[in-house]
Amino acid sequence: MSKALARPDARGYFGPYGGRYVPETLMQPLDELARAYDKWSRKRAFRNQLRDLLVHYAGRPTPLYFAERLTQELGGAKIYLKREDLLHTGAHKLNNAIGQALLTKMMGKKRVIAETGAGQHGVATATACALLGLDCVVYMGEEDCRRQHLNVQRMKLLGAEVCPVDSGSKTLKDAINEALRDWVTNIRDTHYILGSVLGPDPFPRMVRDFHRVIGDEARRQLKKQAGTFSPDMAIACVGGGSNAIGLFTAFIDDRRVRLVGVEAGGRGPELGEHAARFDGGGLGVLHGTRTWILQDSDGQIATTHSVSAGLDYPAVGPEHALLKDMGRVEYESITDEEAIEAFHMLSATEGILPALESSHALAQARKVAPRLSKRAIVLVNLSGRGDKDVESVLQYEAERAERLGVAGDESDPDSGGFTMHPAARKWGGKTEEGAS
Amino acid sequence: MSAIAGVFERCRAEKRAAFIPFLTAGDPDLSRTADLMQAMVAGGADIIELGVPFSDPIADGPTIQRATTRALESGTTMSGILRLVARHRDRLGVPIVLFSYFNPIHARGVESFAEQAAASGVDGVLCVDLPPDEGGEYIPEMRRQGLDTVFLLAPTSDRERIKKVEHQSTGFVYYVSRTGITGAQQELPKELLKESKRLRRRLRQPLAVGFGISTPEQVASVAGVADGVVVGSALVSLIGEHGGSKDLPKLLEDRCRELTEPLRR
Repeated sequence: MSKALARPDARGYFGPYGGRYVPETLMQPLDELARAYDKWSRKRAFRNQLRDLLVHYAGRPTPLYFAERLTQELGGAKIYLKREDLLHTGAHKLNNAIGQALLTKMMGKKRVIAETGAGQHGVATATACALLGLDCVVYMGEEDCRRQHLNVQRMKLLGAEVCPVDSGSKTLKDAINEALRDWVTNIRDTHYILGSVLGPDPFPRMVRDFHRVIGDEARRQLKKQAGTFSPDMAIACVGGGSNAIGLFTAFIDDRRVRLVGVEAGGRGPELGEHAARFDGGGLGVLHGTRTWILQDSDGQIATTHSVSAGLDYPAVGPEHALLKDMGRVEYESITDEEAIEAFHMLSATEGILPALESSHALAQARKVAPRLSKRAIVLVNLSGRGDKDVESVLQYEAERAERLGVAGDESDPDSGGFTMHPAARKWGGKTEEGAS
Repeated sequence: MSAIAGVFERCRAEKRAAFIPFLTAGDPDLSRTADLMQAMVAGGADIIELGVPFSDPIADGPTIQRATTRALESGTTMSGILRLVARHRDRLGVPIVLFSYFNPIHARGVESFAEQAAASGVDGVLCVDLPPDEGGEYIPEMRRQGLDTVFLLAPTSDRERIKKVEHQSTGFVYYVSRTGITGAQQELPKELLKESKRLRRRLRQPLAVGFGISTPEQVASVAGVADGVVVGSALVSLIGEHGGSKDLPKLLEDRCRELTEPLRR
């Protein structure tokens, strides 16, 4: 067994991080869940059924794509994109949702609850529940419902009930609070499909295991397409950190690969303006796990901000905290502005609208690739597609224009009064400095 | 013997259950909390559960969530709460159990929290999201300072968990009446009376029952099968409704007296 899979220990700890910090009502059910997961995940029949669904229903393996135009544009390392955006429902989240929904069936439970931030995990869970005939309730912060209303409609069409959460900051953290409250109440017939490598044990390891297919595939595909198992660098964005763990796990024992996780730098370094836990946070306990969190000196959880709903969360998965301590993964942060620029960059050079979450990883690649040799390989996890973010991007542009006191772009009748981002102009080829 | 154990002993001698009301510290603001605690004592409180507000109260229903928000908006901090306890604990004359989530304790450092809480006169601590399994650092620090560690049992706790909780609890064990969050309920679960009777026979510590108990009738029926009865949301919603009123302490005292009436018979 690889070192990566030997984690966590029997008590659910990754070094000093993790554990089960939950009300007593959940303790025995978590034991039961851990036992069920350990039992079923070892059974050939379960693994075959999961693989079959991932291949024939979800569309695995997802492609590994050499982004040639982007590589030329950046003028350095070769950029490869792991195309999780092409997975059914448009993000990596479905790997875990199908895995846990299948487990729910095995456990004989009929009802599923989930939280969602950007809506991707909610859509994935609603999809898996429709597929497997489970009742599904999704909790989503009111603010996120507004930012991602298309995903709200998708979930409803898939037969899920969407419960807007109006407490606290009305975002992902509050949706998790409400999902936990539901779970404590309906524990006997309900499984909580937690959507990231967060929460009490066994969730961080279970969600990781369902997503490690991302890195396992990428490694084999890279060998076939570029002649090596080992990229020089692998980059992924980190909200709770599921797509990053999914990508990194295959490479952790391969010391040649630099691993980089990217947090949301938001509007700036002040508490409340970002979601960079490793930059401005400290050790704490939230949502069942001991990890790095953003909090004030009295232990109250801080509000966070990111242009991307999926990264807008005050805690990071406990395994990431350990990987940081070990020095195995480097963690960087990318601002809203940089992420938006990267969104435009990929849209214009490759014809791919990336999710704003994934745009953070792309922005990091944009920073480092030009400094690396042209022979180097940078693998970026394109964890989701950006269709859901079109309105967020337009709104960002509008607010940006207002901030800078620029009126709508009258010379462009299609701009709808918005001044397009300079990055969009550059890569969009609308001006004389457009990329060739 | 701890002050908490003393209360249960006295109540046993008086052949009645202890009344344990809950309020959120700092709701509506910390300057009023002492008067409200005093009113609870006048209304028959044997032990007070003083809630430490936390931004993300996953075990609480809407009533206590709103109290938490009011308390945090009025600037309530752990230091403020401990100072308040230090000033009023002796005058109140009943033990105080802090009812907290773990992060505010963790942020202060478990060791210095235990020192400061004990120095302030806190008698015991109940951490709603810290099961004994995670008490590796917490339990010895609390013991060292002579603070009781109250842990929870729930309808989902199996034999093994009951053993674990019994082993690590001092003062009393708090039985959560139902799978769910805090909040007043029309009816108590049918299995509750049988379950708490069974647990009470089995545990060496006194057993207090809480979650959802809001009427004198419910207090009376739970008092028949437990050593203590906790009432939270019903009192917190009274505080919420009358937070601005000068009459609040009187109203709270009267409500506590109504609730403890069945215990005095």
